[in-house]
Amino acid sequence: MKVAERFDVEKIRQDFPILNRKVNGKPLVYFDNAATSQTPQQVIDCIVDYYQNYNANIHRGVHALSQEATEAYENARIKIQKHFNAKESKEIILTAGTTHSINLVANGFEKFLKAGDEILVSGLEHHSNIVPWQMLCEKTGAQLKVLPMTENGNLNMSQFDVMLNSKTKLVTVNHVSNALGTINPIQEIIEKAHEVGAKVLVDGAQATPHIKADVQALDVDFYTCSAHKICGPTGIGMLYGKRELLEALPPYQGGGEMIDQVSFEKTTYAGLPNKFEAGTPNICGGIAFGRAIDYMNEIGFENIQAYEHELLLYATKRLEEFDNIIIYGTSPEHKTAVVSFNFEGLHPYDVGTLVDKMGIAVRTGHHCAQPIMDFFKIPGTIRASFSFYNTKAEIDLMIEALQKANSMLL
Amino acid sequence: MSDIKQIQEEIVDEFALFDDWMQRYEYMIELGKSLPLIDDQYKTDDYIIKGCQSKVWVHADMKDNKVVFTADSDAIITKGIIAILIRVFSNQKPKNIIEANTNFIDEIGLKEHLSPTRANGLVSMIKQLKMYALAYENKQPQN
Repeated sequence: MKVAERFDVEKIRQDFPILNRKVNGKPLVYFDNAATSQTPQQVIDCIVDYYQNYNANIHRGVHALSQEATEAYENARIKIQKHFNAKESKEIILTAGTTHSINLVANGFEKFLKAGDEILVSGLEHHSNIVPWQMLCEKTGAQLKVLPMTENGNLNMSQFDVMLNSKTKLVTVNHVSNALGTINPIQEIIEKAHEVGAKVLVDGAQATPHIKADVQALDVDFYTCSAHKICGPTGIGMLYGKRELLEALPPYQGGGEMIDQVSFEKTTYAGLPNKFEAGTPNICGGIAFGRAIDYMNEIGFENIQAYEHELLLYATKRLEEFDNIIIYGTSPEHKTAVVSFNFEGLHPYDVGTLVDKMGIAVRTGHHCAQPIMDFFKIPGTIRASFSFYNTKAEIDLMIEALQKANSMLL
Repeated sequence: MSDIKQIQEEIVDEFALFDDWMQRYEYMIELGKSLPLIDDQYKTDDYIIKGCQSKVWVHADMKDNKVVFTADSDAIITKGIIAILIRVFSNQKPKNIIEANTNFIDEIGLKEHLSPTRANGLVSMIKQLKMYALAYENKQPQN
């Protein structure tokens, strides 16, 4: 892949006011994009515009503001639908984010499980794609099976064939691992799971900033993402579900918006997507989510991927200059722009603390994926995750800071 | 042996000598290297301080009516932090440890320069040192 001529990182950086700030007197180098991406002025303007011009509750009001807000919110849903190529916009449920989306499915899936059934979860998961299923298994007597990972941070796919069986009712896996960046073979997982009649949930939180997923081509049953990983605000995300599955799932929360008729004797529920959107939703967040998707598409996912891959290769090469570096996970060809690493003899917290004083924001710790850290028998890693607005010059600054930290700590 | 208040003042003065936090961290790393290390037999889950992101083990002994602390951590900056605390609280009478205030930590600005998880860890460490002192205080024969 070649970065397109029209991709001008310096121009793109001007969209992000936060990149001008200083941290501890040093220019900010923000490499914690896998946790939260920064917000471009276009999205900030969209949020301000909502509160300045048409803040109102949606769906019920007959007045002009309510109608404008409803239209903007529902338009955002259509943008999200088109981005993921869902068949219908009612298959897009706006949620508080990926964690909320997974819990919504886990809660309703109780209806389809009985004792002895199996849920197959990958060993590369974030806690948010482990704990809801553990809770569900406790409730139903179903069993949680874990698909192991290999030493190089990939899923053990030959084991997958062995573990998958007629008792498997659901396979749940992230599209991209948050701790290591591994891109998982979800197409293969979905096809094989469907052969035994299992449904598949794909946690797309880490993939969405880098990969444009086509839910129809994948034939995935559920797909989730969070807006704050793709230049949108926090507290908003989505759950895609195939219409017939969403219709079969019981509602998650009760309240306003999700009803058709209410009496004290009986309540009938609204149709999709409202059935799963009880209460006043995050209206501004939803609209800004749509704007963020537009922004990402204006830059173009091919450009994003090609440029980020260059950054990843450069960062990997520079990190390998350290004699004591240990990089976890798969080769750059099989992952997104994430490097998870440690220095032999150094604790990741010590390194993270010192580089923060030098203006470098990296993540240190277990990245909410303790099973992966247990696998490698380490307390955590240092994770640098890159976005399309980062530069090679920033990577150089990180390397300098890491050199300094090494000389102080060793 | 100086009293707790005096040692705290010394530490505040030492930290004031440095121009920036990189230098203070360098100093803490040095302090970490001089930490009186815990005996390996106590490096078990029983002696781990909960609430710290890096592992911290602390053990206490009573010598001549004074509490003597030893500790260790897998992270060197954490070792430095606990070395500061041990310098203040080790070799002191249980009652003095229990009654000591810890304002010196705010005075040197340590808390603001730690991540929230590390700041919580610091609070847990102080609590644990005081708990040891309290246990010894209660064990002492009443006059």
